[in-house]
Amino acid sequence: MLELKFDKTKCADCKAVSCLVKCQYMHFDRDTARTEWQKVVNGEDSQVLHDCATCYSCEEYCPFGNHPFYLIVERQEEKGILPAPRPITTMWINQCQPIGRFTVGKVEEKAMSFCFLPQFGILAGGKLFEDIAWSSIFGQEFFCNAVYLHFARMSVIRDRLPKVIENIAKQGIKELVCLHDECYGTFTSLAPAYGIELPFKPVHYYEHLYDKLKELKDEIQPLNVKVAYFRNCSARLIPETDHFVDDIFGLIGVDRVQREYDHENALCCAELIRVSKGPEMADDVQKRNLDDMLKAGAEYCVFNCPGCWDSMVEKVVKTGIKPIHMIDLCKLAIGEEQALTPPEPALEV
Amino acid sequence: MSDIYATLQEIVGKDYVSNQAEERYFYGRDPGLMPPHEPDYVVMPRTTEEVQEIIRLANKEKVAVVPKGAGLSLTGLVIPQIGGIVMDMKRMEGIEVNEAGRYVIVEGGVTHAALKSHLQKNYPHLRHSIPDSPPIATIVANAVIHGQGRLTQQRGFNSDMVSGLEVVLPTGEVCRIGSCAVSSYWFSKGPPMPDLSGLFLGWFGTTGVITRLGMKLYPCKKMRDVMLYITDRAELIPDIIRKLSHTEMMEDIVVSCAPLPLRFKGVFNMLVYITGDSEEELEFKRKMAWDALREYFESRDGGFMGVSPYMKPSLLAMPSKDTTRFADVSKGGGFEYSGPIAPIEKYPQYVKKLEELASKYNLFYSSAARVIDGGHSMMFSFSYTFNRADPDTMNRAKTALDEAAEFALDEGGVIWKPNLNEQRMVMERMDPNTLKLLGKIKQLLDPNGIMNPGNWEAK
Repeated sequence: MLELKFDKTKCADCKAVSCLVKCQYMHFDRDTARTEWQKVVNGEDSQVLHDCATCYSCEEYCPFGNHPFYLIVERQEEKGILPAPRPITTMWINQCQPIGRFTVGKVEEKAMSFCFLPQFGILAGGKLFEDIAWSSIFGQEFFCNAVYLHFARMSVIRDRLPKVIENIAKQGIKELVCLHDECYGTFTSLAPAYGIELPFKPVHYYEHLYDKLKELKDEIQPLNVKVAYFRNCSARLIPETDHFVDDIFGLIGVDRVQREYDHENALCCAELIRVSKGPEMADDVQKRNLDDMLKAGAEYCVFNCPGCWDSMVEKVVKTGIKPIHMIDLCKLAIGEEQALTPPEPALEV
Repeated sequence: MSDIYATLQEIVGKDYVSNQAEERYFYGRDPGLMPPHEPDYVVMPRTTEEVQEIIRLANKEKVAVVPKGAGLSLTGLVIPQIGGIVMDMKRMEGIEVNEAGRYVIVEGGVTHAALKSHLQKNYPHLRHSIPDSPPIATIVANAVIHGQGRLTQQRGFNSDMVSGLEVVLPTGEVCRIGSCAVSSYWFSKGPPMPDLSGLFLGWFGTTGVITRLGMKLYPCKKMRDVMLYITDRAELIPDIIRKLSHTEMMEDIVVSCAPLPLRFKGVFNMLVYITGDSEEELEFKRKMAWDALREYFESRDGGFMGVSPYMKPSLLAMPSKDTTRFADVSKGGGFEYSGPIAPIEKYPQYVKKLEELASKYNLFYSSAARVIDGGHSMMFSFSYTFNRADPDTMNRAKTALDEAAEFALDEGGVIWKPNLNEQRMVMERMDPNTLKLLGKIKQLLDPNGIMNPGNWEAK
């Protein structure tokens, strides 16, 4: 049985209670935060378990790496608390269930993971992937399963993740470039938190992009645009990768606008907030985020996660800001075209 | 018989009549499970007068006539049970829109695709109720079987939207039904006069050939959107439908269930369609839908899912292509459904039976249920797939569908577009005096019994 590596004493000694005090979606003063958090730690019922928006941010806020969010998820599941409606949870669990059907390219020791997101098949082309394009894996069998953090189903992750890791290893992969940010977060944060060892080295695709752009430095035409960076929930599991955003932007001549909701203070795409908390909160979060981008003068909104893209792309287009995935932004800088484009309005009237 | 062929050639021209094996083969079957039976002739009239002449000929020769649209009922309704003449209406393709009166007069062979295209091109602010059958389905045939479409939740059966008829009676006279009988306007199929459209709608061509049909058109809003609601409790669905339809703001509500793909397993998917002339109108309707179902959101028994903008085009497509995809799940391209019009309160029992029968006969199943007329009833489909190259799966599907039909009737439903066996089931349960009336009407209108014999044989 895999168990979360959580150290009670770190929380007992913590004065800041940043995990809750900094939360964007629940509002606690420090004393209440301490009380409520101790309830969570002690396995008691707490408002936190009911009101958590599952944004993952407390994983980043905790200065001790003590995995407060994973503990919340564990406690929610123990108590049968459903962050989202039960049938939606069921739907998610079923649709990503491994069924022995997957797609692999000509896999080599270094390979790309498209997770279970078809958008990466569209994005991963051109010179940035010229030495790896054929070496890819895709499907439920390689799906990182971290999404179940949103649904209080750590048990599903514990059950499936070891098998996913085994499936990847079976392909003979030694170095896995994770195009899905959440996969990298799963392998470098979630897996070690449960003592799961990896037989391969995960590489964040930002690092891959950065290295390739350095190789293609002579072909880069600085874009000279102002962009708002859309920070996603799984980025909270791996804040150490955030510097690549600025490193890449520096290489391709992009200005990351200063705005309220970036970096540690970022707002999520809120689509799972819509599912779990309802439209009012989700609309508010999305509106504040978009208004903030506009106020900062962003010309582009740069996405990391295809899930955020799907949730926000139409709304971003309506503001007049151009949505683009990070991979496509890099492509533009080397004279290639944007591959993942906003959908045509689906009307059929 | 050669005299008949020659006379048909005289009526419609030699290019539009055939007694050749290829045509007889094709016109002797439909895509469902009913056994084929070939006609002796296939004829394609162009005008009402030609239809009249064909009917007069058939009376004279005592030959059966089966008027046919696209033949997509799946229940064999236009398979010529005793041979005779299949009258393919597709050459009658005139469309005349009365924009101010919001109706269209279509000839007997106009397809839903043709009307949709005509309206989009010439009257983009008007629309009609498009069924989820393939686009070649004809307006008239769909109305004759009491089809449903994208406006059925708001406006009732597509046949409820009929605003007038021109019919060639089985004895050859042309008859106008509705306001068009006394006026040049086709705004009503009956009221304020006796509504005689009931003599022809739902009769599967046994009481005459509809050569022209008035159909109401409705405002076409500038925007449409689809919301996806999921629950795992069948017993809540009647109340969920009641709450949604109470808003009087939903264009269409369709509930689906199937074991595959995996995201469907164990849950019920409800597609809720909304329309609006502005984003504000759409947003208001989204809010109304959310508010209507807040109770089940709070209890965690159901909720709205986000719909990817890349999924929306297929969900918003009219007609939906899902039916065609479903038809090939078992490979071999076969599916049929028994589609009772059912009390909404019976949804949980119907679903249970759907799954029981699938398990009993080892069939892949699916059901899509469309809410009718603001929640007065629903069409519940017991759909099973089969491989046309495998008679065993076809037999199992047929047996399952027969049982589904019996069950549906026992549970208070009425079978929609019933095949011959299902028609018998319906008539066995029918009030005896109603059945007698059915027979009297048929005898009165079609004394020689030439029109689509075998159907609604009320004896």
